[in-house]
Amino acid sequence: MKFSDFVATDAVRSHVHAATKEGVIREMAQSLVDAGKIAPGDLEGIVKAIMKREDLGSTGIGRGVAVPHTKHPSVSKLVGTVAVSQQGIDFQSLDGEPVQLFFLLVSPPDRPGDHLRALENISRQLRDDSFCRLLKAAKDPIDIQNLLEEADSHGVVS
Amino acid sequence: MTAESPETVRGAAGGLQHEETVSREVVVANAAGLHARPADLLAREARKWRSQIALVHDAQRADGKSILELLTLAAESGTRLVVEATGPDAREALDAIGSLFESRFNEHENDQDS
Repeated sequence: MKFSDFVATDAVRSHVHAATKEGVIREMAQSLVDAGKIAPGDLEGIVKAIMKREDLGSTGIGRGVAVPHTKHPSVSKLVGTVAVSQQGIDFQSLDGEPVQLFFLLVSPPDRPGDHLRALENISRQLRDDSFCRLLKAAKDPIDIQNLLEEADSHGVVS
Repeated sequence: MTAESPETVRGAAGGLQHEETVSREVVVANAAGLHARPADLLAREARKWRSQIALVHDAQRADGKSILELLTLAAESGTRLVVEATGPDAREALDAIGSLFESRFNEHENDQDS
């Protein structure tokens, strides 16, 4: 699976304003509403479901990256977005590092395979140090979109 | 009947015990597969041990202590993996990791194919 298969380009953000875990999740979910990927009426339910999932264990997977996510019946295909926090946010990650890169995923309840393949793509690309570093340095949503496209086509060249 | 007994052979290899590698097959039995939460549980468990721990799926090999690497396996429900542990506490580590898979990472949802 590629980023272009699930990342809503219009919802990508290079400067999240939020300074808390719930804040950044809400801001990203709102960006999916603004991009027309989730209905405004589903926003609260999705934010609550993602926070409930975080209570089971942080999705901060290390290297300054988190993948907050939930299943939700309101979506018929996997949708996601990417955001960067310039200052980093405490996310109770396994390695204790603040999180700068966020990949938020909302998937239909009956498609666990798609969710796994999206996680696979994200984690495989993030093993590339330069991809991580360049994403964190993104100054504009266009920078992020370009990096995702580059990763999709041939991986980021260091 | 002058052949070396197996015990002798094993004794000669005894010096290697500190870097012993043990392995076993496990099955991803929870319906959702090896997604973020199981990968987190697995990496947390693996980090408790001094041994190196690897999960192997066909030609793919992931460091058991790295969530990021575990997620690259994209192991769906039913996938068979080999767990390898190398080090002074390899056997105990292998047992602990095996138990996690057997417990389905405490995900007791409906396991019918989805």
